[in-house]
Amino acid sequence: MSDYRVLPGPEHFLPPAAASMGIRLPNPGEAHINGVIAPEEKAYEEAARQLLMARVPTIFPGPLVLWAWNEKAAKKATAIRHLFNTLKECVQTGQKPMLIPMPDYRPKYPKINPEVEINPNHPNLTIWHNKIDCCIFVGVHCHQANLSLKIIRGGTSCYTIAMCAQAGHEDAMLSFRDASVDKIMRLAETVKRLKGTVQPRLSTAKSGASN
Amino acid sequence: MSKERIQISEDLYDIMPSDYQDLVKNATYGKEDRGWKDIGTSKELIEQHSLCAGCPESMAFRYILASLPNPEDTVMVGSTGCTSLVFPMVAVHNIHSLFGNQNAIASGLKRALSVRFPDRVKDVVVLAGDGATVDIGLDMTLQAWFRQEKFTTICFDNELYANTGGQESGLMQKGFVAKMAPVGKLFDKVRLPEIARESGCHYVVNCTVSKPSLVEKVIRNAVHIAREIGPTYLQLYTPCILEIGKNSMEGLQEMRDSEKPAERFAYKEYVSEPAKQLLAELAAKDKERKAAAKQLAGQASA
Repeated sequence: MSDYRVLPGPEHFLPPAAASMGIRLPNPGEAHINGVIAPEEKAYEEAARQLLMARVPTIFPGPLVLWAWNEKAAKKATAIRHLFNTLKECVQTGQKPMLIPMPDYRPKYPKINPEVEINPNHPNLTIWHNKIDCCIFVGVHCHQANLSLKIIRGGTSCYTIAMCAQAGHEDAMLSFRDASVDKIMRLAETVKRLKGTVQPRLSTAKSGASN
Repeated sequence: MSKERIQISEDLYDIMPSDYQDLVKNATYGKEDRGWKDIGTSKELIEQHSLCAGCPESMAFRYILASLPNPEDTVMVGSTGCTSLVFPMVAVHNIHSLFGNQNAIASGLKRALSVRFPDRVKDVVVLAGDGATVDIGLDMTLQAWFRQEKFTTICFDNELYANTGGQESGLMQKGFVAKMAPVGKLFDKVRLPEIARESGCHYVVNCTVSKPSLVEKVIRNAVHIAREIGPTYLQLYTPCILEIGKNSMEGLQEMRDSEKPAERFAYKEYVSEPAKQLLAELAAKDKERKAAAKQLAGQASA
């Protein structure tokens, strides 16, 4: 087993792909936390804890859920909205949950508006601008999620969570696999259950993403 | 992609940037008689572009995107050059190819789409500069025409390599001196429209983009003929105002000057016999459709 741990950055300009450092993907029913395979139950708790602890916990829905390709995508969008609403209900004063879309992957130049969207080619701009210190990717195609997760780990101190519909992401600090409406709803339930039990990082002088 | 799929999930609609909301609500996907006149009243399929102020290429892009008959089921293949700066801003599927192999990419793409979607009309349109079409990619361009591949090739002819500083290209006019070609071009402009005709293209047009209605007509003709019969080629003059020493507002006049009867971009069109027949059939259908719509409108107002 690798000694490497996938931790919040900034790691360095070009962080290694976690897979190249020996981090492996979880099997069905498992997740990984910082690169260590863990039962899914534990991952729900940890993800909820990180979201409740963050000053600006943010959900980044991608094109697979933003666009109503089919009924399943629309249902996932509903679940994501529910997770966001739950998060808003459960945070304390001073915390600012956000829901920022990644509508597509076009490399927009000269730059995107980081207040309204995130782009996989320079996701750090949105993280920096909004001082996001914990984020969850959902509905982003794997290759673009990998790119974003690596850039975020390289240049920011943001904690990254991947709710992946495929086999998960080594480059996230916490990754679920086989994401479904049920799993998103379960994460929302866990957030609700842990409400009030987690101390937010509000008093930390240097909270939020850094570069 | 069917236009019915271009819908934002209801629960996340409010967080989508306004340009995407606008695309879904006000773009002309699926509109049968879409054209350049929609510009200004509906959402264009190009949000913004990073070309120079007054660049005729940006005008060409806007007219072409407004005129594509089937944008939701069209894939555009681009190549390296100023056009590749625009494609990221375009709401039509597109692929960036290596410099010069755009017609080879489009050949494979068109064939794959025909196999994957046998019951759906899928158009492929190549859009590349003169360097990619005539110099570096001439082999791929010609071979696609020889093989009678069913897609449209559009060449934005600015008569030099513009975004690398003004080197000589095959489509540069004889004697022209550019920043990176100080001796002046020693041989004539390559006569690609004639070569296209001889290589098997069924519809060939050489013109400027000064008249949007003309651009709309030739784009629609080229796409419809390519869809049903075989390869089509459009050579559109989109002068690089920077490299020929003009100001931002002088691009349109430059095109008008270059399309006068004796000039090199005087309108020239070649239509093969099968293509003529197809265009006649399409015109008849269009006439019938308009008459039916008029009758319907008359009944509604009565």
